Amino acid sequence: MRILVVEDDAEVARFVKKGLQEAGHKVEHTGSGRDGLFLAASEPFDLLVLDRMLPGGVDGVRLVETLRSQGNRTPVLFLSALSAVDERVKGLKAGGDDYLTKPFAFAELLARVEVLSRRPSAEVPATKLRVADLELDLLSRNVARAGKRIEVQPREFRLLEHLMRHAGQVVTRTMLLEKVWDYHFDPQTNVIDVHVSRLRQKIDRGFDKPLIHTVRNAGYMMRDEP
Amino acid sequence: MPDNTPLLRVPPPLTARRRAEPGKLAPPRLLKSAGFRFAVLFAAMFASAAIALVAVLWWATAGALDRQTDVAIRADAVALSERWREAGQNAVAESIEERLAVDVGNEAIYLLMDASGSLRLAGNIDRWPPEAAERAWFRTVVRHDGFEVEARLHRVDLPGLRLLVGRDETEREMLRRLLTEGVIWASGAVILFALLGAWLLRSVLQARLRPAFRTAAAIGGGDLGSRVALSGREDEFDRLAQTMNAMLDHIGTLMVGVRGVSDAIAHDLRTPIARARAKLEDAVGAARDEAALRAAIEEGIADLDNISRIFRALLRIAEAEAGARRAAFAPFDLVPVLRDAAELYEASAEAREQRLEVDLPQQLAMVGDRDLVLQAVANLLDNAIKFTPPGGSVRLAARQTASGLVIAVSDDGPGLSPADRAQAGERFFRADKARATPGSGLGLSLVVAVAHLHGGDLLLDDARAGEAMPGLRAELRFPLP
Repeated sequence: MRILVVEDDAEVARFVKKGLQEAGHKVEHTGSGRDGLFLAASEPFDLLVLDRMLPGGVDGVRLVETLRSQGNRTPVLFLSALSAVDERVKGLKAGGDDYLTKPFAFAELLARVEVLSRRPSAEVPATKLRVADLELDLLSRNVARAGKRIEVQPREFRLLEHLMRHAGQVVTRTMLLEKVWDYHFDPQTNVIDVHVSRLRQKIDRGFDKPLIHTVRNAGYMMRDEP
Repeated sequence: MPDNTPLLRVPPPLTARRRAEPGKLAPPRLLKSAGFRFAVLFAAMFASAAIALVAVLWWATAGALDRQTDVAIRADAVALSERWREAGQNAVAESIEERLAVDVGNEAIYLLMDASGSLRLAGNIDRWPPEAAERAWFRTVVRHDGFEVEARLHRVDLPGLRLLVGRDETEREMLRRLLTEGVIWASGAVILFALLGAWLLRSVLQARLRPAFRTAAAIGGGDLGSRVALSGREDEFDRLAQTMNAMLDHIGTLMVGVRGVSDAIAHDLRTPIARARAKLEDAVGAARDEAALRAAIEEGIADLDNISRIFRALLRIAEAEAGARRAAFAPFDLVPVLRDAAELYEASAEAREQRLEVDLPQQLAMVGDRDLVLQAVANLLDNAIKFTPPGGSVRLAARQTASGLVIAVSDDGPGLSPADRAQAGERFFRADKARATPGSGLGLSLVVAVAHLHGGDLLLDDARAGEAMPGLRAELRFPLP
């Protein structure tokens, strides 16, 4: 996948670039908003990772607004030191697809990059999600594993749906809190872990092959293979 | 008027030295000075009033005299015309001689001549003045009683005769001159008083503005404790001063808040930073193998994450305290927000073998910041679950009261002593009993900040007073919008 990183801090840029390259992506980097806009407008990229504040007169928000006004729909992930709620809203309103506050763990960035680059296509709305022998019916809201029905609460259903939609990808705790609960703050304790472990009890208990895996220092992943 | 005297004698302006443009705080140029303009306005008003007074006076005295003269002349002319109509030319001449004989003031002037103007029939002047050919009423110099005098004359047209009726105006002229002189002197006095008044007005204005100016200059120079002195007259200037002082007090409070946050950040972030640093440094020197080094680095990263979490919490609190988020206030239903929070924490309570009991009405309308209220409730639930022993229960309730909305979270934990309760909202405060549990000591600070942002308050009390484990009951009270 081809990713453009526009970040003026050399150290952060190097760290992001190296990490993304190690994950198997082709990465272009520039430090100025003007060059970033030029590159993003003239070459095809699968994803843009943009710093919110950039030197050179064109900041991240302006860059995205310009791209979007030209009909460029490349997914955009904002990196920002501005953590206020309003800033986040501003970034997303301008056309950003996700917003990550500095400082961040690379695992968090990578997880979000993977999710953004493999967004489920909106054209074919699936009515059923399937991972191995686990089946989730979006219409009847039934969950079954190996044909055996599993009772889940509404929120657990959404949690499971999110994990299954992103099967094979790391989903971090913050991402779950944002996407499943629509919360944008740090809970003081790890409430998400408790929810996931409860869901895991229902899904994986009694089966020899677990589907919900914990990824150390990152989050969770639903996958078929052990 | 004092010219270019310094408007205000401020202590040597500190900022003047710092700024490139020292004129900024110097007294304004005379023409730009509002005091000067007010003074000029005052002088102009004063002079206008004086001019109006003099005009009325003039009209009432000199004007009245003139009019009186004209009336008398006209009466004479009418009487003589009547006489001529009744008795003819000789009777008029006789009548004129009679009138001259009884004129003790020696003011009356008559001249009766034949149509050619060569023969004088009666009267006390000898020459027909040339002005009489053009106008019926005129003023001219005639020779009367051996003197050249100013006279007001009226030509009366009688067939075959020339008649002039008039009055010697010497006396009146003197009176008018006297009056004019008086007016000139008075005008001088008026100008003097106008200028004096203007100067006084300017000085008073300057004197009344001086405290405000001095305070502003002192604050500009860095002395934030300075306040405008009140005159005690409770007039417009005092109101201005009070408004300024209220504004300065609020700025002062905010400054103290900012200072408090930065002090707290400096003080309380240093400890975890020092700890992380020490661990990493120790690992560099003392780690025996790669695994130990890796473990130390991971611990260091965890410490840094914790520091940035504390930092974020502090910023959030500061954001709420500054009141900037009030612009984002919107109406919302509190009940789904509380249900969501309860649902999020219910799993945690269950994992600790606690019950989370929820008691909510159908609907609670509120105006505020949904995200912040949610986080405040989440923090309260987090605390309650953290301090309740296994088997205990945590209760979340909300209701509408006459004065507003109340959200109450109570637990079965050890509670807080009254002394701790008073301190609980302070940043980084952690009760002695809580030192063993994880936490940053910022949770309740945020709750308090959110409550204050909405004009409400946080009340802490024993959930079950008198018991060994009294529990804590935290009540968030929001007033009605």
